[in-house]
Amino acid sequence: MELDVVDREYMYSGHVACPGCGAAIAMRFVLKALEEKTVMVIPACCWSIIAGSYPQCALQIPAIHTAFETGGAVASGVRAALDVKGDTETTVITWAGDGGTFDIGFQALSGAVERNEDFLYVCYDNEAYMNTGVQRSSSTPYGAWTTTTPSREWKKMRKKNIVEALVAHRIPYAATASIAYPEDLVAKVKKARAIKGSRFIHIFASCPTGWRMPSEMSIKIARMAVQTNIFPLYEVEGGVRYTINLNPRGYLVKEYFHLQGRFKHLTESDLDTIQQMVNEDWELLQRRAMAMSA
Amino acid sequence: MRKVLEGSHAVAEAVRLAGVHVVSAYPITPQTHIVERIADFCAEGAMNARFLRVESEHSALAALIGASSMGVRTFTATSSQGLALMHELLHWTSGARLPIVMADVNRALAPGWNIWCDQTDSLSQRDTGWIQLYCETGQETLDTTLLAFRLAESVNLPVMVVLDAFFLSHTYEPVDIPDQEAVDAFLPPFRPRIALSTAAPCALSQMAPQNVYMEMRYSIQQAMEEALGRFEEFDAQFDELFGRRYGAVEAVCCEDADIVLATSGTITGTARQVVEELRAEGQKVGLLKIKLFRPFPAALVREVLGPVRKVAVIDRNFSFGATGIFAQELRAALYSLPRRPVVLGFIAGLGGRDVTENVVREIYCRARDNLDSPPTDPRGEAVWVGLSEVSDGA
Repeated sequence: MELDVVDREYMYSGHVACPGCGAAIAMRFVLKALEEKTVMVIPACCWSIIAGSYPQCALQIPAIHTAFETGGAVASGVRAALDVKGDTETTVITWAGDGGTFDIGFQALSGAVERNEDFLYVCYDNEAYMNTGVQRSSSTPYGAWTTTTPSREWKKMRKKNIVEALVAHRIPYAATASIAYPEDLVAKVKKARAIKGSRFIHIFASCPTGWRMPSEMSIKIARMAVQTNIFPLYEVEGGVRYTINLNPRGYLVKEYFHLQGRFKHLTESDLDTIQQMVNEDWELLQRRAMAMSA
Repeated sequence: MRKVLEGSHAVAEAVRLAGVHVVSAYPITPQTHIVERIADFCAEGAMNARFLRVESEHSALAALIGASSMGVRTFTATSSQGLALMHELLHWTSGARLPIVMADVNRALAPGWNIWCDQTDSLSQRDTGWIQLYCETGQETLDTTLLAFRLAESVNLPVMVVLDAFFLSHTYEPVDIPDQEAVDAFLPPFRPRIALSTAAPCALSQMAPQNVYMEMRYSIQQAMEEALGRFEEFDAQFDELFGRRYGAVEAVCCEDADIVLATSGTITGTARQVVEELRAEGQKVGLLKIKLFRPFPAALVREVLGPVRKVAVIDRNFSFGATGIFAQELRAALYSLPRRPVVLGFIAGLGGRDVTENVVREIYCRARDNLDSPPTDPRGEAVWVGLSEVSDGA
């Protein structure tokens, strides 16, 4: 697969992301795929900071920063205003973190996609409240340390399956993507841009700061998440037609876990449990894809 | 065209005449008649607007923040719990300087569940940076809603049009519905100062560090101060076009008054009647109706009430641990006068309890006969009228 993007950048180099930030890489590719006819809504998340302080801005598209739980609703209003003005061409995109999507913004997101608002919602997922100092979210995976799940209290609940929750709304398009697979990511954003109605893309965006790993490991970790089936790349059209976009080489999950400080407390037995959970999820996804293929 | 209309429908007619582009709302009694009528207008093609049927009041205002940021005229309506849920975004709207207009139908806050009239919902939003306009009649709700758009768009601040639950929202009165042409002469098409565009990208509401935040806040206060003058200007223009004006405050028989009743909302109508009767009995009583609550018209209040001996404030609201909210505001406004009236606070009509002519008369008599100096016991600063005996135990 070729990386089909314009040379032009829509992000300035002076942004203030941490070194190795997956969310910055994700933004760069998504904007290259969408180009300038785009209005972005940014509820509270790392990108509220990364974009820079007044009067500077690292984005070359119009953006509305807004309250944490409003990503779906503010975008609905932006779309309505553009439609009233007769502009159906501009893409409205909500750019939210996992907290603003899985947790506090879930109601507004569910409401917006139930109304099938014509917009693209992108969740860049770094699996915790990183901006506030690594607190647990419902996207934090089983087994992870965070500052609110310290030492023996590491998270013992599964990560919420956000894509399946969106698929249950029968939206026109839902997909996962990863910063480690930019060709696939860009192709999905372009595909989503061309579809009318509510579209959702869940991007795996590694976080060296919160995951306790060196910044140069960001892409490798993101690739390992896909190759271990922890974060499979797939898409669902119309809420029913499943396509798995990449068949992984089947690495063991412990090879992914050993690279990150946030999992260092886990025993072999914990890792076996997690391997089983990942196997189950992968089988479930394959069954869905088999039964309801595109 | 003169029609017999509910207060709610008078608001809806104004929203139609204002040519609002995006409406967003969530149901709550007793606000629903406003948005149901607007939904009819949209469905029938009488309004060319997008109506967003969102999943909460919080999202209703959030959606308008998105729409208004794109430079279109917007409206929502709510009540009580719904307004409380919007609280975070009320601050957001004024901070972002978006001229959103909202109708709030004054309803009591729970618990216990109570859908009837009480002003504590809107008054507890007083520090959110919204202009607040209180209405007495059906005609006034229509006129005020039109004026609200003009005012909001001139100073880039949001405006709340406030009307009493049921006493106004569900009461039918003859209302003059102005012609579209006349409304257009008063309210020109929206020329937004803020409108995001892909042609000239910029960011709204981003990080504002210590070196700029205070200045941003001060500019909101400057806009509030400007709104006082703008209100008078638009009120006068409205009068020229339609022959009706309301004033930020309205003083009735205050020139030679010994005691002035201070009211807002529909209690004013009852108080007008009582003042007329008392005057006929030879009592030197006046009435001050407060329409504009934020920005607070302190100079006008000082002018009217400065020479008066006593002011009896009727508050259909309460700030726990303090007093009625209009009484607080009046006391604060009058304090700097070298010679000021005694301000007596009366709490009446909470949760929709009827404030009859007898209740207003009782308040007047208590103010006249019993209270000649500021109460030394703080509890005397807010006398609860018509209260059954309650135990203060848990």
